[in-house]
Amino acid sequence: MRVINEDNILETIRMIDEENLDVRTITMGISLLDCADADISSSCDRIVRKITTRAKRLVSVAKEIEAEYGIPIINQRITVTPVSMLYEASGGDPVLYAKALDKAAKEVEASFIGGFSALVQKGMSAGEERFIRSIPEALACTDKVCSSVNVGSTKAGINMDAVRLMGHVVRETAVLTADRDSAGCSRLVVFCNAVEDNPFMAGGFHGVSEPECVVNTGVSGPGVVREAVRLAGHGASINEIAEVIKKTAFKITRMGQLVASVASGRLGVPFGIVDLTLAATPAVGDSVAEILEEIGLEAAGGPGTTAALAMLNDAVKKGGVMASSSVGGLSGAFIPVSEDQGMIRAAESGVLGIEKLEAMTAVCSVGLDMVVIPGDSTEETISAIIADEAAIGMVNGKTTACRLIPAIGKKEGDMLHFGGLMGDGPVMSVKTSKPDVFISRGGRIPAPIHSLRN
Amino acid sequence: MKAVISVVGRDRTGILAFVSAKCAERGINIVDVTQKTLQDLFTMIMIVEMPEGSDAGTFSDLKNEGLAQGLAIHVMHEDIFNAMHVV
Repeated sequence: MRVINEDNILETIRMIDEENLDVRTITMGISLLDCADADISSSCDRIVRKITTRAKRLVSVAKEIEAEYGIPIINQRITVTPVSMLYEASGGDPVLYAKALDKAAKEVEASFIGGFSALVQKGMSAGEERFIRSIPEALACTDKVCSSVNVGSTKAGINMDAVRLMGHVVRETAVLTADRDSAGCSRLVVFCNAVEDNPFMAGGFHGVSEPECVVNTGVSGPGVVREAVRLAGHGASINEIAEVIKKTAFKITRMGQLVASVASGRLGVPFGIVDLTLAATPAVGDSVAEILEEIGLEAAGGPGTTAALAMLNDAVKKGGVMASSSVGGLSGAFIPVSEDQGMIRAAESGVLGIEKLEAMTAVCSVGLDMVVIPGDSTEETISAIIADEAAIGMVNGKTTACRLIPAIGKKEGDMLHFGGLMGDGPVMSVKTSKPDVFISRGGRIPAPIHSLRN
Repeated sequence: MKAVISVVGRDRTGILAFVSAKCAERGINIVDVTQKTLQDLFTMIMIVEMPEGSDAGTFSDLKNEGLAQGLAIHVMHEDIFNAMHVV
């Protein structure tokens, strides 16, 4: 045994016990391409059979690792091939697919299953459009299913027809789940430059270029980074803080890598990637906003936030990359409002607005995440917010996303309660000037030029 | 397989005896022990060899036995520390 000193041992235990260090998710990606069938009920049967066979031991293996290594593993999730592809082959009612996924996830006790998805960045087929229109009902009648739609990419531009449709879909999902604080929208993400190996929800799906079956992990640890920054003290320069964050991210990621490789071995499924993400939870102290405060801002959202976040995000990646044999997914810092106590406080006090959040998404992963907007926001306004966010991703060659929750029947200042990891979200103010003509044009924003970068 | 057992609790007579007895009952071989008492807080770290066929239960049992005695016991596979602290 190599020598591990006592301080290292106590440091690890402190990270887990006091600073909420955990593996956020072990996610098994499963290809469903071989389940396609011209008959939808036979296609659904094959899906359930394949998922429940492949992921049968997912939860029990995670529990074993949790006990032996002493690392909490919060979620066990499944991602599948974008289901719109199977729907194209079978036709029928797409909601049947959502129900099949929900049934399979419940049978293996997975926390979520992602992949009720469509990739329409360049254009939509008639089938894909019908599929996307079914999303509100699919989310309303299931509990575990997560849906995502990719509407833009740096190479293809932004499909504004899809953006317009998604404004409708997001609002309709909120209306259909209004009795549950519009919680259906917490399982719906609209992407630009979606990644194919994302283990996090609600935007995870198993890309078509991925292998048959793969295990990815997502680590967490905002509380650990915050404590490390606090220990560095106010006298440390910002590059010293960046170093501290890098070292901490390294340790966190090594843990994720270890868990991923052990899980991969025990499940007999190849290891895919570790997603280096600082993912907040509603738990006190497990907040990305509080890291920004520790770096020296009075509140997240004030002047200085974008710069501090850019440094944080970059340092997390630099530290994490060396710690893992394969990094992927969304890797960075998430800034979901409802899942982060510091963000909620900043939004309630009026320091953090949707415009600043949008600026922040230009320098970190991933986007306007779990942002609650007034219930009377129009479909066009929602589409326009999605288009703005997609434009940031398209031009900067990065992934951006919108997970917007229209709070039906509520207004600015009210709170929505989602419970669990999704947290609570204050309704944020949205400018009411109308983007209606812009959105009604439809078409496609052409892909951006790659020279003359100014 | 080697594991690290850490024990933290209010200092009193018999903690080391208690933990080592529980280890012996399970066939866990103690390889190394360091302990400290700071004011009235007792901290001990043991490096142990887990018996063949140990499963998740072997790890969590000890933790629960500790809780009943007011001790925070963690039993963790050594690899977690090697991964995090050794490059």
